Amino acid sequence: MIDTIVKNGVAAQIRDQQGPARYLISAENISLAFKTKQGLHPVLNDVTLRIKKGEFVSIIGHSGCGKSTLLNIFAGLLKPTVGGVILEDKEVDSPGPERAVVFQNHSLLPWLTVYENVRLAVDKVFGRKKSKAERDDWTRYNLKRVHMDQALGKYPMELSGGMKQRVGIARALAMEPKALLMDEPFGALDALTRAQLQDVLLEIHAALGNTVIMITHDVDEAVLLSDRIMMMTHGPGATIGEALAIDLPRPRNRIDLLDDPAYQHYRSKGLRFLHQLQRRNGPE
Amino acid sequence: MKNNLSFAMDDGVSLEQREATKEKGASKPLVCPTKLNLNAVKPGYLKSIGTRAARMFGRTFCVCLTFAAAIGVWSAIQSRFAPDLPTPAQTWTRAVEIFSEPFYDDGPNDKGIGWQLLYSLGRVAAGFSLAVAVGIPIGLIVGTSRLIRQSLDPLIQVLRPVSPLAWLPIALLVFKSVNASAIFVIFITSIWPVILNTASGVAAISKDYLNVAAVLRFERLEMARKILLPATLPHILTGMRLSLGIAWMVIVAAEMLTGGIGIGFYIWDEWNNLNVASIIVAMGLIGGVGILLETVMNRIQRRFQYHD
Ligand SMILES: Nc1ncnc2c1ncn2[C@@H]1O[C@H](COP(=O)(O)OP(=O)(O)OP(=O)(O)O)[C@@H](O)[C@H]1O
Ligand SMILES: [Mg+2]
Repeated sequence: MIDTIVKNGVAAQIRDQQGPARYLISAENISLAFKTKQGLHPVLNDVTLRIKKGEFVSIIGHSGCGKSTLLNIFAGLLKPTVGGVILEDKEVDSPGPERAVVFQNHSLLPWLTVYENVRLAVDKVFGRKKSKAERDDWTRYNLKRVHMDQALGKYPMELSGGMKQRVGIARALAMEPKALLMDEPFGALDALTRAQLQDVLLEIHAALGNTVIMITHDVDEAVLLSDRIMMMTHGPGATIGEALAIDLPRPRNRIDLLDDPAYQHYRSKGLRFLHQLQRRNGPE
Repeated sequence: MKNNLSFAMDDGVSLEQREATKEKGASKPLVCPTKLNLNAVKPGYLKSIGTRAARMFGRTFCVCLTFAAAIGVWSAIQSRFAPDLPTPAQTWTRAVEIFSEPFYDDGPNDKGIGWQLLYSLGRVAAGFSLAVAVGIPIGLIVGTSRLIRQSLDPLIQVLRPVSPLAWLPIALLVFKSVNASAIFVIFITSIWPVILNTASGVAAISKDYLNVAAVLRFERLEMARKILLPATLPHILTGMRLSLGIAWMVIVAAEMLTGGIGIGFYIWDEWNNLNVASIIVAMGLIGGVGILLETVMNRIQRRFQYHD
């Protein structure tokens, strides 16, 4: 089943038998089928994914295999047909700011400025706990984290794709989520911008130790950022095919990693997995 | 429902405005210098200014030509078929008379055209505000709930095409006041575009914004105030613009029947005095004010337009 490729047993610990209590968030035995005109269309089949506090987990898989569906189930935006999501020992079945989402298409509100987009979330989450001045500070602080403190008054349409995605990340971080869910956050960006944002994310993860679930198409990105990569099989009825624990020391640096044989090893593992899938099932 | 909504959405952008946007697109290549040579920038730039001025002049000239032609046709009809009509020259003289003293006040039945206009605008403002205040919440609810939409849609479709004048007797019966009746007629005929456009705006709202609201756990009112309203504002303003246009058309008819004071009554009164020149002057004024209202609404709409 879950075949891990590590030497020192980090992944083995992750899937040990002590039950879900040791995990911050987990999807337990998720199956989901969409009702379509042609009848039920099974997308996910018995997916179990458990994530520890502070862990950075990437999900890779071919287009249409159900990655977004799985992430939306974690977020509570979709309800599974079977199974459920457990956050700190409690089942959750609706969305909430403790599972902040960074959407693929940024999803900023176009009628609000950069500052207001983040402030909206800050006001909602900390409206009672923080004073007005504190909320203002917190908003600015989070925009500074993603290096967007120079563009507070700009509207989303005035920003490049990368800048929008930064604001989206700032908005999610500002909610101080227990788990940060990201659906191909850099999918629509060019390689250079992508690299910049990956560095921002590394920086933030190093500083805050967030628990992150990230979907990506990009094996390099997954290896660079993650503690563990989950590789999904082809749909319909996709499940998690293989888990790859990335045992690279942090802090990580993309340039140093280039010459690291371990990095090369993980990278080729990931690529080979995707390639095998393609051969076995053929392109869609 | 979809069809009707899209019909309501047809936002009546005038031919002239469409052309203006087209021209903007067309003028772009002219502004850009074609060569990288810096010296080429200047003459190209000057040329573009020259072309723009020439185009402005050409357009003004064409507009003048249109009006001249219309006056020509009027003149011809007057002299050949309808000798009772005032000539353009007579009308002009009358217009100068009217506008030289727009705010005279000789008792309740004899006021200047300025007063008449202000009274009409007041009624339009009242009826229109009411239509907006009632129409937006109804539109938001209709757009949000499929059940309510399905229940209300037939009623809306039945009431929407009813002529404003058909409402007047009922309004008079209920309100027993001429002024309130006129305002009610404005309200009831101009509320539909507000409702339909607001509802279609809500229906067209992006799933992304709803997801954001869901993650933030917005409650109903917060949702309406922070997501629904701003997201649908451009649609709402389109509805308001259409609605104001209708209101301004309806007021004349309503006032003709209710009498008292107002631009519609003024026309009726001048007809009774056989002052047809005054009527034509009033028509010009109504058209002018109509353009003004439209321009103001257009400005507001552009201000709140967002792109994404
Ligand atoms: N609302 C829906 N109704 C019916 N089918 C759906 C719905 N949403 C997704 N699907 C189907 O479920 C499958 C998985 O979709 P999903 O968006 O999760 O894929 P994905 O792995 O995120 O793909 P991509 O990498 O292209 O984003 C697809 O075959 C898609 O057609
Ligand atoms: Mg997806």
